[in-house]
Amino acid sequence: MDLELFYRIAGITTVASPLVLLALLGIPCLVARPPSEKSITRLIYGSVVIGLSTAVAILVAMLISGSRHVPIDLGDWISLPEEHFDFHLKFVFDRLSVPFVILTYLLCGTIGAFTSRYLHREPGYVRFYVAYALFMLGMVCATLAGTIEVLFFGWELVGLSSALLIAFFHERRNPVRNGFMAWCVYRIADAAFLIAAVLMHHLTGAGDFEVLMGQGSWPEGVASITQTQALWIGLLLVVAAAGKSGLVPFSGWLPRAMEGPTSSSAIFYGALSVHLGAYLLLRISPILELSIWLSGTVVTLGLLTAVYATLAGRVQADIKTALAFASLTQVGIIVVEIGLGLRYIALIHILGHAAVRTLQLLRAPTLLHDYHVLENALGGHLPESQIWLWKILPQSSKRWFYLFALERGFLDELLNRIFVRPFVACFRLFDSLERKWTNLLSGDTHVESDAVALHDEIIEELKY
Amino acid sequence: MLELHLPWLELAVLTPLIGAGVACLCKDAEKTRLVAIAFSGLALVFAFGAWEDFNTLSVFEAHDHWDLVSPLLGRDAMVVDEFNAPLLTLTALMFFLTPLATLRTKLKRFPFRMNLLSEFLMLATLACRQPWGIIVLMALQTLPLVWELRQRGKSSRAFVIHMGLFIGLLVAGWAMIDAEDATHEHSMTAIALLTVAILIRCGCAPLHCWMTDLFEKATLGSSLLFVSPMVGAYAAVRLVLPVAPDWALRIIAIASLFTAVYAAGMALVQMESRRFFCYLLLSNASLVLVGLEVVTPIGLTGALSTWLGVCLSLTGFGLTLRAIESRVGRLSLRDFHGLYQQMPLLATFFLLTGLAIVGFPGTVGFAGVELIVEGAVEVFPYVGMFVVIAAALNGIAILRAYFRLFTGTEYLSSFSMQARWPEKIAVLILSVLIIGGGVFPQPGVQSRYHAAKAIMLRRAASLAHNLPTLNNQTKDLIDRGGSDVKP
Repeated sequence: MDLELFYRIAGITTVASPLVLLALLGIPCLVARPPSEKSITRLIYGSVVIGLSTAVAILVAMLISGSRHVPIDLGDWISLPEEHFDFHLKFVFDRLSVPFVILTYLLCGTIGAFTSRYLHREPGYVRFYVAYALFMLGMVCATLAGTIEVLFFGWELVGLSSALLIAFFHERRNPVRNGFMAWCVYRIADAAFLIAAVLMHHLTGAGDFEVLMGQGSWPEGVASITQTQALWIGLLLVVAAAGKSGLVPFSGWLPRAMEGPTSSSAIFYGALSVHLGAYLLLRISPILELSIWLSGTVVTLGLLTAVYATLAGRVQADIKTALAFASLTQVGIIVVEIGLGLRYIALIHILGHAAVRTLQLLRAPTLLHDYHVLENALGGHLPESQIWLWKILPQSSKRWFYLFALERGFLDELLNRIFVRPFVACFRLFDSLERKWTNLLSGDTHVESDAVALHDEIIEELKY
Repeated sequence: MLELHLPWLELAVLTPLIGAGVACLCKDAEKTRLVAIAFSGLALVFAFGAWEDFNTLSVFEAHDHWDLVSPLLGRDAMVVDEFNAPLLTLTALMFFLTPLATLRTKLKRFPFRMNLLSEFLMLATLACRQPWGIIVLMALQTLPLVWELRQRGKSSRAFVIHMGLFIGLLVAGWAMIDAEDATHEHSMTAIALLTVAILIRCGCAPLHCWMTDLFEKATLGSSLLFVSPMVGAYAAVRLVLPVAPDWALRIIAIASLFTAVYAAGMALVQMESRRFFCYLLLSNASLVLVGLEVVTPIGLTGALSTWLGVCLSLTGFGLTLRAIESRVGRLSLRDFHGLYQQMPLLATFFLLTGLAIVGFPGTVGFAGVELIVEGAVEVFPYVGMFVVIAAALNGIAILRAYFRLFTGTEYLSSFSMQARWPEKIAVLILSVLIIGGGVFPQPGVQSRYHAAKAIMLRRAASLAHNLPTLNNQTKDLIDRGGSDVKP
C-alpha cells in the first residue's frame, strides 16, 4: 500500500475512533436509551484498541521511513476563500504529538478498564463514560492538532469534560462548587487562547502551525512573527496554559478537582489534562524562543508554581490532594524546562510523570494497606524526612510557612479579593439599581423574582 | 423578479391568522392547543417550502406565485431572499415548538390565540421589506403582549413606555428619511432617531429594562417568542443598514458590545432563572448586532450565522427552562435544586443548548461566534476582544445555572418529572439541528455569506447617492436576480 495512503487512513482512524465512541455513547442518551454497562465497556475497549493500534502503526511507519512530520489534511471545515477565512481540519503526527497521543490512548485505556469495575452499578456510570469519551476526543484533537483552531477545539472539550467530572458526585455541593471553580478558570484560559488564536490569524493570515512556527518539523521550527508580536501572543498563550495546567495564580482549582472519582482524578489531574498547558507551551516553543522576556516569564511562572506546590503539598492531610500538589510541582519544573529551551527533556519528563502519577492516584484508595505492607516488610515505621532548611528556620518563619502552605498560598483568597468580589459587588449594585428603575417605570413596589422561594428539601406536595 | 412555484409566503403568513380565527371558536383549552399546534405546524411547512423553493431558483430574491400582496401593498411588501428565508423557517419552528412543548397543567395560562396572532405578525414582518410595512407590523407586534400583561393583572407601563418610545422614534426617523432628498446623505437627526429606536427594540443597555420587566410579568413562552426572533436586528438590517453612515453603525456596534458584556455580567449574578435567561438572551442578541453593525463580510456572515444558531439554542434553552418551571414553579438560583435525577434528559438538553448559545465547538453557534470575533477584531482591534470576554462570561453563567438547577442536592418528588413525549420531540428536533449545524457548518456559513454580500451590496447601492450610474448598475444587478451575488 502507498505510504501516504496508509498515513491518511491510519491518521483518520486515530482521530475518528474517540469521535465514534462519543457518538455511540451520547446519541442513545439523547433519545433516553442509554447503553448497558457491558456495551459501554466493549465500546471503550474497541475504541482505545483501534486508536492505539493505528497511532503505534504510524509511529512504526515513521521510524521505518524516517519521516519526522506527517500532516493529515482533511480540508476546510469552514471556508470563505474570498475573505481568506478558513477553519482548517489538519492533524500532524510528529515527535511531539505521536508520544502524546500514544500516552493518551494508553492511559485512557487503563482508566477505562479500571473504572468499569470502580464505578460498577453507580448511578452515574453512563454519565462518566460520556464525559470520558468527550475528554478522549478533546485530548486526541488537541495533541494531534495541526492548526491552532483544531487545538482550541480539543482544548475546549477537555475543559468541559474536566468540569463535569469534578462535579461527578453531583448530589453533594462541594464537588459541584469545585467543578464550577475549575470551569471559571478554564473559561478565562479559553478566552486568552481564543484571543491569541485570532491575533495569530490576523498576523499570519492562517492558523496553520506550519505557517506560524515555520516549516521545520518540531522542535526545529522558526516562528514567522516579530519579537513584540511574539511577546504579546505568547503572554496570552501562557495565561491559557497557566489556567489549564493550574500554574500560579490559577492553582486553586487543581486540589479541589480531586473531589471527582479517583479514576478521573488520575487521568485528568495526574496525567493528561494537567500537562495540556505544558504541551501547548511545547507546541509554541518557537514563539517562546523569539522573546527572552517571554521565556523568562515562563521560567519564573514554572519556578513559582513548583515552589508553591511543594510547600502546599507538604501539609496536606489527604493523599489525593497531596498527589495533586506533587503533580503541580512536577508541572512547574516541566514548565521551567520548556522556558529554558530543554524541549526533549520536558517531553520525556511529561511522559514519565504522567505514567507514575496515574499509578499513584489509582493506588490512592489502598494507600493505608500499601503502607502497612511496606512497614511490615521494613519491620518498623517509615523514616520521617525533613529538609535542612526547616531545621535552621526560626519558629515564627516556620509558623508563617506552615500557614501559607495550609491556606494554599492564599491564592484563592487573593483572586477572590482582587477579581471575583469586586465584580460580583459591582454587578449586584447594577442589578439593584435596575430593579429600582423598573419599579419606578412600572409603578410597582417589587419585582416578582424577589419573592421566588429557595429550594427546600421536602416533597413538593407537603409544602401546601 | 423571479417567482416561487407556489404562494408559499402568503400561505406561511396567513395560516397562523386563520388558525387564530379557528382557535377563537374553540371553547376547550386542549382543543385550542391542538389548533395552535396544527396551524403553527402548517405555517412551518409553508415557511420551509418557501425556503426550499427559493433555493431551487438560485436567485437573490423572489416573490410568491400568484402574488396578491404586491399589487395591493407594493413591490417589497412580501419578498423572500437569502437573508430572510431561513429566518422565516426558524421563527415558524419556534412558534410551533412552544405550544407543542406546553404541558397540560399550563393550558389555561398560555395564550394560544394571541400566540397565533403574534406568529402572523412576526412572519409578516420577516417577509416584508417595505420600510413602512415593517414599522407598522413591529408596532402591532407589541399589542398581544400588552393585552397579555393586562389580562394577567400586571403593570404594562414599563413595556408600553419603551415600546411607545421605540415606535415614535422609528416613525419620526423614517418620516424624516422619506422627506429628505434621496440623492444626498440623510440628516444626522433622522439617523439618530432611527439608531435610538433600534437600540431600544434590541434592548441595548441602558434601554433594556422593558425586557427584564416583560420576562418577570408575561408568560415565559410569550416573552421568549417576542424577543428570540430578534426582530430588532431585522429592522436594523432592513431600515438602518441601507441608509445609515458608518458612524451610526459604529455607535450601534459599540453600544451592542457594551450590552453584550454588561448583560453577560448581569446574567452571572442573577438569583432567579427568568432574569438570568433574559440577560443571557440580551447578551447574545447584542453579539449578533455587533456583527451586523461592523459591516464587513466576515462580521455580517458571523452575525447572520450566530443569529440562526442563537435563535435555535435560545429557543431550546428557554423551552427547557419553561418545562422545568411548569413542574416546580419559578426557580431561584440562590440555592441548589438537584433536579438531575428527576429529569436527566432535560438536564442534558439544558447543557447542550446552553453550550450552543456560547458557541461551544461542535455546536451550531461555534462558526458564528468565531466569525463575529474575526469581524469585530478587524474593525475594532482592541475593543473587539470584548466579544470573547462576553462569550466567556456567558459560558460561566450557563454552567452556574446548570449546577444550581440540576445538582448540589437531591430533589424529592412523589411523581415522575421526566420529559413528556411532546417535549422529547421538541428536544430531539432542536438537538439534531444544534449538533447537525455544528458538525456540518459549511452550508450554513456559505448561505449566510451570500446573504451578507447581498446586504452589503444593497447598502452600497443605497449609499451611492452621488453616483447615479453606479446606483443604477447596482440596482440592475439586484433586479437581475443577483446572478453576480449568488454563484
